[in-house]
Order: sequence, then structure tokens, then C-alpha cells
Amino acid sequence: MRKTVVYLITLFLFFQSPLLSYSSNPKDFINELVNDALSKLADKSISKDEKASFIEKIALDNVDINALGLYTLGELRKSSNEEDISNYKKTFQQYFLKSLTSRLSDYSSSKFEIISEDKKSTNYTIVNSKVTPEDGGVEIKIDWRIYTKNPDKPLIRDLIVEGLSLARTQKEEFASILNANNNDIKVLIKKLEEFLIN
Amino acid sequence: MTAQPSKATEECFEGASRAIFKFNMALDDIILEPLAKGYNKLPSPVRSGTSNFTSNIGTLLSIPNNILQGNLKQLGHSVGSFAVNSTVGILGFLNPAERMGLKPHKEDVGQTLGSYGIGPGCYFVLPVFGPTTVRDSVGLIADTFVDPFAHVTIRENELLGASGNSLDYYSVKGTSAVDFRADNDKNFESLEKNSIDLYSSLKSIYLQDRENKIKNSIDDQDEWGSLDN
Repeated sequence: MRKTVVYLITLFLFFQSPLLSYSSNPKDFINELVNDALSKLADKSISKDEKASFIEKIALDNVDINALGLYTLGELRKSSNEEDISNYKKTFQQYFLKSLTSRLSDYSSSKFEIISEDKKSTNYTIVNSKVTPEDGGVEIKIDWRIYTKNPDKPLIRDLIVEGLSLARTQKEEFASILNANNNDIKVLIKKLEEFLIN
Repeated sequence: MTAQPSKATEECFEGASRAIFKFNMALDDIILEPLAKGYNKLPSPVRSGTSNFTSNIGTLLSIPNNILQGNLKQLGHSVGSFAVNSTVGILGFLNPAERMGLKPHKEDVGQTLGSYGIGPGCYFVLPVFGPTTVRDSVGLIADTFVDPFAHVTIRENELLGASGNSLDYYSVKGTSAVDFRADNDKNFESLEKNSIDLYSSLKSIYLQDRENKIKNSIDDQDEWGSLDN
């Protein structure tokens, strides 16, 4: 019985370890995390749902979804009431996880390589990387904005693909929806919910 | 001098632009996307050769713009790259210049005006050509006057023994568009699938890209300052 318990604990830790053991060094953190995600996505023995669940877990643990949600909301985050912000955060998180899984699945058959890192401040480090599609497609430069306020727990805040910030694109997309709807955060939440259903 | 930030760019006539955008998307579905998907099935050397060829001709537009921007270093890259690729690179189908360290930036009149500190003006969408701004649409017309390739083809003038016609110009530009669409097929599909307002996403991407090209860098802007947990 004791052996079984030890075995089960070991097994649990083994499967959980990729979620807990990423380095705190920004460059190594991204390298380990992305290669982990890509190898999981390319693994044909795992079902689509299991892959999605894995990506969601690592995103929840390693992406600053809360800050990203507030950033993409723009100035409205300061003037909206707590209840609306709370609803928005919940919906944004689901939206983010769904779109992230979809985006990553599109690039699963690619080779990933870290190029360099640039420490911008005590709070931010930019990790420069490149992705080369296996089918011989064009190499893509991806920069990762890493939030390092807690140096032991770096968090991803943005991906800058060929100089195009995904967070900023998202922010401007949301701003357009808000501008067209009298800055009503409820309309934005509804649009995000519609995306989740489709 | 610096470019105006794109985030401030307002719409000229959003309703009309959104209608034109829908038309362009339909055009993409019917013509450009199928062509791009077919193009992507061609053998890799054919694709890279075509891409190199159109890119080499595109370098010609960068040369006068490098002069107008007073960027002598980039002028050297553009002239050197065009000379090497057009000769050693067999009419530009190969890209030996890149291995020699010659990497010209693509420059056009819109970027040159931006480098003079002229802001983008309002944003709109052109039929077929897609997203643009007042500055970039003026640049698009001006491009045909400063581009040596347009001088030889559209205006049918002879330059250093080379001559051509409008069909040559539009064939190269059309092939270049298919090559670009094919390179970005996966990115475009992903964006289309994950956007809740594709029009706004593409507007943001266009403006960010132009801003980066004018600055000749992809330095990210820190707009996160107030979001410290």
C-alpha cells in the first residue's frame, strides 16, 4: 500500500513537473515553456482535448492573463465599476485561452529557437526568438515581453510577432468595438462570449 | 524626427472603408487565397526563386528613397544587393547578396514622408490595394514616379538598355502580392479565426507595421507602465 502511494505521488509529480519547473531566467523560461508546448502539440498519442487542457494549464500558470486583460481594456479599466471589470476578466480569460490554443495549434509543426534577451528594466525583459516552419515556410521573429517584477516567477505579458504586438492589436481591436458602442464594456463582454460559443 | 504614433490614427470614413474591406475580403476568397494556396504547393526552389525575383525588382524602389532619406548605408545595401543579385544571382532568382551581408530594407515614398516627420493622416481602405492612410496613399502614387522599374515599364522609357511595358509592371506586382499572401497564409487564417473584429485587427497590424518600417526598427513600445501588479 505504501509503495502504491509513493508510486502515485511520484507519478503525480512527474506529470505536474513541467508546469512547475520552468526556469526563472527569462531566456530559459521561454525556451523550456515553448519547447514543452510544441512537443506536446506535436505528440500524436495525445488527444486534441488533452492538448488544449495542457496549453490552458501552462498559460494560466505562466501568462499574466489578468494584466493582459486590463491592458487590452485601455482607459476603460479605470472608469468601469468592479462588477463589470470582474465579469470582463472572467470572460477575457476564457477568450484568451481559447484563442491561444487555436493559435498555438497552427504553429505546432515548427522549430523554435531563442536568439537573445534584452533586459529593459527590473520589471521587463524582452526575449528574442525565431520560429521556423518545418514545411520550409518563412522564418518568423517572435519577441516575448516578460514581466519580471517577481524574479522567481516570470510571466509572459505580450508576444511581438515580426514587430507586431499581439497585446496592442488586441487592445486596438477592443477599442474599436468600444468606440462603436458608446464605450459600453457589456457589449465587449457579449462579443467575447459570442466568440466562445462559436 | 519621429513618426506619429499609429494608435492615434483616426478613420477617414469608416463606414465606406468597412464596405470596401468586405469587398476586398471577397476578392481575397475568390482570387488571392486560392492562388496563394496553389503557389504554396509549388516546389520550394520555385517559390524562393519567385520571391527573390520580385523582391530584387522591389529593391529598385528603395534606391531613390534611400537617397531621399539621406540613408547612405542603406543605399549601399540596396545598390549592392540589386547589382549582385541581378548578375551573380541570375536575374535575381537567387539571393547571394544576403550571404554577403547585404540586407536592404524595403523603402517607399510613404516611409520617406514618414521619416520627414509627416504623420499618417486618417486611415482608410482602398479597393484591391487594401489598408492605407492619407500619407501612404500619396506615397503609393508617388512611388510610380520615383521607381525606376515603373519608369521603364508603365512609362515605357528605356533605362540603361532595359525596356518594358505596363503588363510587366502589373505582372511583377501581382506575383509579389501572391507571394506575400502565400507567405502569410497561415498567419492570416489564424487571425481571421481568432479576431472578433478582423477589420480593426488588420488596421492595427497595418499601422504598427508602417510605424516599424518608418523607424527601421521593431523596438517595442512600453505602454504597460501603469500596470504593475
